[in-house]
Amino acid sequence: MPPVAPRSGDAIFANVERVNAELFTLTYGAIVRQLLTDLEEVEEVNKQLDQMGYNIGIRLIDEFLAKSNVTRCVDFRETTDVIAKVGFKMFLGVTASVTNWDADGTSCSIVLEDNPLVDFVELPDNCQGLYYCNILSGVIRGALEMVSMKTEVTWIRDVLRGDDVFELQVKLLKQVPEEYPYKDDE
Amino acid sequence: MQFFGGSEISPSPPAPTASGNNGHMMYVFNRNGVCLLYREWNRPLRTLNAQQDHKLMFGLLFSLKSLTAKMDPTSAEKGNLGVPQLPGQGCSFHSFRTNTYKLSFMESPSGIKIILVTHPRTGDLRESLKYIYNLYVEYVVKNPLYMPGSPIRSELFNTTLDQYVRGIA
Repeated sequence: MPPVAPRSGDAIFANVERVNAELFTLTYGAIVRQLLTDLEEVEEVNKQLDQMGYNIGIRLIDEFLAKSNVTRCVDFRETTDVIAKVGFKMFLGVTASVTNWDADGTSCSIVLEDNPLVDFVELPDNCQGLYYCNILSGVIRGALEMVSMKTEVTWIRDVLRGDDVFELQVKLLKQVPEEYPYKDDE
Repeated sequence: MQFFGGSEISPSPPAPTASGNNGHMMYVFNRNGVCLLYREWNRPLRTLNAQQDHKLMFGLLFSLKSLTAKMDPTSAEKGNLGVPQLPGQGCSFHSFRTNTYKLSFMESPSGIKIILVTHPRTGDLRESLKYIYNLYVEYVVKNPLYMPGSPIRSELFNTTLDQYVRGIA
């Protein structure tokens, strides 16, 4: 049996069930709105969104792997490329690009020109510190952690803050090999 | 060929080819060695208690994988035997067969391991294991009330699985 090639983002996107984009955008907006009401502090909201994203990411990775036929995520460069080309397409319907690699290949930027989460959003004056899409950075961090990559994901540019694109910096902290989980004498 | 693309899984399981009822038992482990699921269909002989049995199975896979990667004649970059690898790194085995049973093994890059023990004459089950991984995603991972890393208690998953494994040839 020849190995099955990973599927392209477009092919998967064409096959998954989709919801109305406005419903999705407005639902996400309602969540952020509610968090702002509940937590009051913008910093806390950023943290909570990141945590929610992380919880999504650690589950979403299995759906991603099952549907994309990706069988290995060992090389960080390859992996970020797959996130940008296949992952974003599959779950958000947009593609991203990967740029700004540093010299030792452990840090890069994922640039999103189109972001369905922010369609109707403008940041009011009292929410200037808010990373509205912070859930995305959490998702990436959570998903990568499940394939043994500890990362740090931060926003570099944000359209809502006056930049021209969304830019997420993904920094590989370390790769954790699989350890034998039991002690010998147990 | 279509590989279980959509959220609909039902239309495309690999078609069973012969009589069926070949499954003995199945294990699902996560990356931390926790046995998420153990299903048994036909296992007359039991020598260990469940926990020891799971640990033994996990240990066997772990060592065998490390050994197969070490033996790989095609790759120059090999660690020492027993040195932990990243999931998906190096080569791995997908089944072995004895005169009385066949064990098929699949590991996802996220460290989910699916093991199916069947009759020794069953064919290549790699597609079937992939299909079971898809079932796991649909029935377990997507359930918002399922806590990742905890043992799976889902009637729906169990029945679907039983039904599917019964048809494996």
